[in-house]
Amino acid sequence: MDEQLNRGSAPMPEVLTVTPSPHVRRKGLKTSVIMIDVIIALLPATVWGVIAFGFSAALVVALATVSAVFFEWMMRKLMKRPMTISDCSAAVTGLLLGLNLSPSVPWYVPIVGSAFAIIVVKQLFGGIGRNIMNPALAARVFLMMCWPAAMSDYPAAFTYGADAVAGATPLVALKGSALPDASLLDLFLGKTGGCIGEISTLLLLVGGVYLIVRRVIAWQIPVCMLGTVAVLTLLFPQGDVGALQYMTASLCSGGLMIGAIYMATDYVTSPVTTLGRVIYGVGCGLLVVFIRFFGGYPEGTSFAILIMNSLVWYLDMLTRPKVYGKNRKKGGA
Amino acid sequence: MNKFLKQMKEGILDQNPVLVQLLGMCPTLATTTSLENAFGMGMAATAVLICSNIFISLLRKFIPKQVRIAAYIVIISGFVTAVELLMRAYLFTLYQSLGLFIPLIVVNCIILARAEAFASKNPVLPSAVDGLAMGLGFTFALCILGAVRELLGAGSLLGFRILPEAYPDMVIFILPAGAFFTLGFVIAAVQKISSVAAKRARARENAAEEAERAAEAEQQNNESEVQVG
Repeated sequence: MDEQLNRGSAPMPEVLTVTPSPHVRRKGLKTSVIMIDVIIALLPATVWGVIAFGFSAALVVALATVSAVFFEWMMRKLMKRPMTISDCSAAVTGLLLGLNLSPSVPWYVPIVGSAFAIIVVKQLFGGIGRNIMNPALAARVFLMMCWPAAMSDYPAAFTYGADAVAGATPLVALKGSALPDASLLDLFLGKTGGCIGEISTLLLLVGGVYLIVRRVIAWQIPVCMLGTVAVLTLLFPQGDVGALQYMTASLCSGGLMIGAIYMATDYVTSPVTTLGRVIYGVGCGLLVVFIRFFGGYPEGTSFAILIMNSLVWYLDMLTRPKVYGKNRKKGGA
Repeated sequence: MNKFLKQMKEGILDQNPVLVQLLGMCPTLATTTSLENAFGMGMAATAVLICSNIFISLLRKFIPKQVRIAAYIVIISGFVTAVELLMRAYLFTLYQSLGLFIPLIVVNCIILARAEAFASKNPVLPSAVDGLAMGLGFTFALCILGAVRELLGAGSLLGFRILPEAYPDMVIFILPAGAFFTLGFVIAAVQKISSVAAKRARARENAAEEAERAAEAEQQNNESEVQVG
């Protein structure tokens, strides 16, 4: 491996590089650079989650991240494959999983979740680039079915484990066709109960802008997904509330922001064509609203993204650009 | 006797209807929520399988080829009805927890497959043994799945708490999603075990052959030495 790299960097005459798509424009772009960009973008929201929920939140995030890297190392060793922990993808999976958990979950929840994400969803399908679903999201759904009570128990922010009775989370309020107790500003800044990383809409948006500017994620997916949710909730507000208030509250509550910006945009499980990305984003948005309105759970972002993940292959096939000069006339000349 | 043992080994291990042939997935996934349900389902299917194999084998010369599938289904559904009524009379709680899956044994593809592939071509006794072997193989696979799912999902076996109270039950293993995960891992484990066993058997054969060849070579050496001497 090292030998090959050295040979590649030796001075060479000018050559025409022929590579298969996708064509990477930036030089020196490696998986680890992208993954570290994602971690940087998530840092503000992570720090805010720890400030809002205290030590237990830090412990959950740390356990999820460390155990994800450990399981990646273990599986690659067991399967006798090249080691991949230095590309940081396992760390990102663990971090995202930790941010998608309630700060009050018991210690084994993040560890079992990371084990499921890395071993079952990622490595059994062949490792990075081969998983058919987002590992962190699939693990979150697995945990929700394993321990539904622990996974849907959210403490209020800034209570730090005191036995303060947590009010209904914003999403439960919206499910009951009412506006959340928290004001819109509190929702936007992240002063409500919820998962560790999902509460602050502002900080998630800041990270999203950073990723779009750095060209790490495609803007079409989050914009289409959030746009679809916005339009639908504006047109069909539930209950006797103002349409605009209902829309803004829907956009700022639950895992919609972190899902749209950080999970739906996972390279492996999102389409590569622009049209495919638009369809994918709109589909995610539609499913989020449908599940929030008609489903059994208050939150539908995880399910929506996982369902669209499984359609990515078809979207890529349907929107494949035509090769120039081919199929001009059906049936030939 | 030897033939009988071979048939039993085929049905339970080498040609296990669930773990190797991947037949009868519907009851396998749906009724293995606990060890008790799994065992009950396996036994009910085994009883039907033995009886239907015997009768189809007896009638194999009378059933016209064109309508054989319909004839098999009639015979099978007769026995399923009998088993269903018996369970309702004597094992009512099990009957209730298995519910719809008892009548659905009629369309269990293991039973139809054995009728078509074995009982319709073989005499009565081997057909009965085949039914027993395949039925036990089905029960064996269901019991493995049921035990794993009940242990992980409820922390118990046959309704008795096995794991400590501190163990947080992973409810997903009782749910349908857990059935697919468990089946996948059990089949992977069985494949691994059988490939290792096959490799060992091959190594043993090779070793035996080599020993034979070495013995032969030695003999030849001895002979040549004798000639030289």
